[in-house]
Amino acid sequence: MEYLLHILILIGIYVILSTSLNLIVGYTGLLSIAHAAFYGIGAYIAALMALKLHSPFLVNLICAIILSALFGALVGIPSLRIRDDYFVIATFAFQVITFSVLNNWVSFTGGPMGLPGIPQPVIWGLEISSPIGFLILVGIFCTLTLWVTRRIVQSPFGRVLKAVREDEVFAQAAGKNVAAYKVLVFVIGAGMAAVAGAIYAHYISFIDPTSFTVMESIFIISIVIIGGSGSLWGPVVGAVVLVVLPELLRFIGLPSAVAANLRQIIYGGLLVAFMMWRPQGFLGEYAFQGKETRE
Amino acid sequence: MSEALLKVDSLSKSFNGVHALADFSCRLQRSEILGLIGPNGAGKTTLFNIVTGFVTPERGKVSMKSNNITGLAPHRLANHGIARTFQDLRLIRQLSVLDNVLLSFRDQPGEKLGNVFFRSKKSREHEKRNCQEAIRLLAGAGIAEKAGDPAENLSYGQQKLLSLVCCLAAKAEVLLLDEPVAGIAPEMKEKILGMIRDLPAKGKSVILIEHDLDAVMQTCDRLVFMDAGSEVSEGAPQEVRNDPKVIEAYID
Repeated sequence: MEYLLHILILIGIYVILSTSLNLIVGYTGLLSIAHAAFYGIGAYIAALMALKLHSPFLVNLICAIILSALFGALVGIPSLRIRDDYFVIATFAFQVITFSVLNNWVSFTGGPMGLPGIPQPVIWGLEISSPIGFLILVGIFCTLTLWVTRRIVQSPFGRVLKAVREDEVFAQAAGKNVAAYKVLVFVIGAGMAAVAGAIYAHYISFIDPTSFTVMESIFIISIVIIGGSGSLWGPVVGAVVLVVLPELLRFIGLPSAVAANLRQIIYGGLLVAFMMWRPQGFLGEYAFQGKETRE
Repeated sequence: MSEALLKVDSLSKSFNGVHALADFSCRLQRSEILGLIGPNGAGKTTLFNIVTGFVTPERGKVSMKSNNITGLAPHRLANHGIARTFQDLRLIRQLSVLDNVLLSFRDQPGEKLGNVFFRSKKSREHEKRNCQEAIRLLAGAGIAEKAGDPAENLSYGQQKLLSLVCCLAAKAEVLLLDEPVAGIAPEMKEKILGMIRDLPAKGKSVILIEHDLDAVMQTCDRLVFMDAGSEVSEGAPQEVRNDPKVIEAYID
């Protein structure tokens, strides 16, 4: 039962991560490889605040969102004004830098030893300590994330995002400030990823840099693409499939060393297979293939 | 003559040493349909790209209502009362016909992020008005029944019609139409040309690029014939057509 709840909580965290990335990748057509970095920034800020300032969970969460969004602006503003190719490189660089900082700034982040002993969250005097409690917490934030995303993509603002994805020149000719929309959506996505980070840190109670690597970014991208980019429920399906699938391997009774490697192979294989035969994913309406650049 | 609406003064632009525009000037008067003709590579589309901010000129000035608008970003120019269509038909093909028109309205409160979550009532009301207006415009073009279809399901001619409707939704004073009737069936051509001829009565001015001389002759008040980035002949359609330099260029 504990195990099942753990899996459900993980699914919830990945739903938040992939839904927020879907705004950037699926709805706006920008490929970001930095999502794990924002996830990590959120986790570390929440953890450090809880450990050093003993501040309550919701305060940590809000600070994590704001700071992560600021980092998003820092990466997005210079790189999104140029071409999308540079944006991909810039997000990749940011991902690598973030990992290095988390891994090497030992006095602040604990370096490779990570940050142990992150307290369980207390919300309005209510301590969340049981897995059920966490599942409810994650469920609430999943619902919020999906609601915010739905609200955005169904609005005229969301319509502009899709126009930017399909044809930037058309969007510009229609008077839309394309660069501003890209930066905004990237900042929103970064802020939302921090929510997942803060929840993860408080849930696992121990974080270290290996949870926020490039591989993790690619894992989140896989969820979006396999689930269906540009569809609200696509990333939810993707998160369920990609979190549950490797767990099933445990039951086959493979040695853990083999299973870990097999996981990577399965993700890679699935991603290639989907890109080749079903680029729109399980539920997607938009086949992510990078953008057509017509000058 | 009164102050011109759009003034283009000695624009120059070259691509890899080839002069696309060489010291080119022209004027667009209010409620005028100006035809731009000339062989391929004469610099007609480059002129459009400069006026709409997609290309920066090396020299020269573009002004609208005596405001200097040279080198502004495309989205700013689009909010400055200039709308355009593209030769290679740009539409958001995956979105519905209605959405394409809705995207073309300027200054929508619902397109501001803050209004997505706050003051959403105001955006919804605005959106509702835009929807009605979009349907009215689509009905005017005779494609209202296609409003819900993805734009890519329209025929080529209907897509050209839709891009004109998008320009109308922009409520721009100046419309730059790049080959609006190239390669489409005769009835559709007549319909689009008819719509273009109605524009001056709605207070709009048009620059029309078109290779089809008959279409240009029936539609435009004035013609400019361009070759190699400069003006060769300018005047009333019949005059330009009978200009020996123009005849020579067309025979070549």
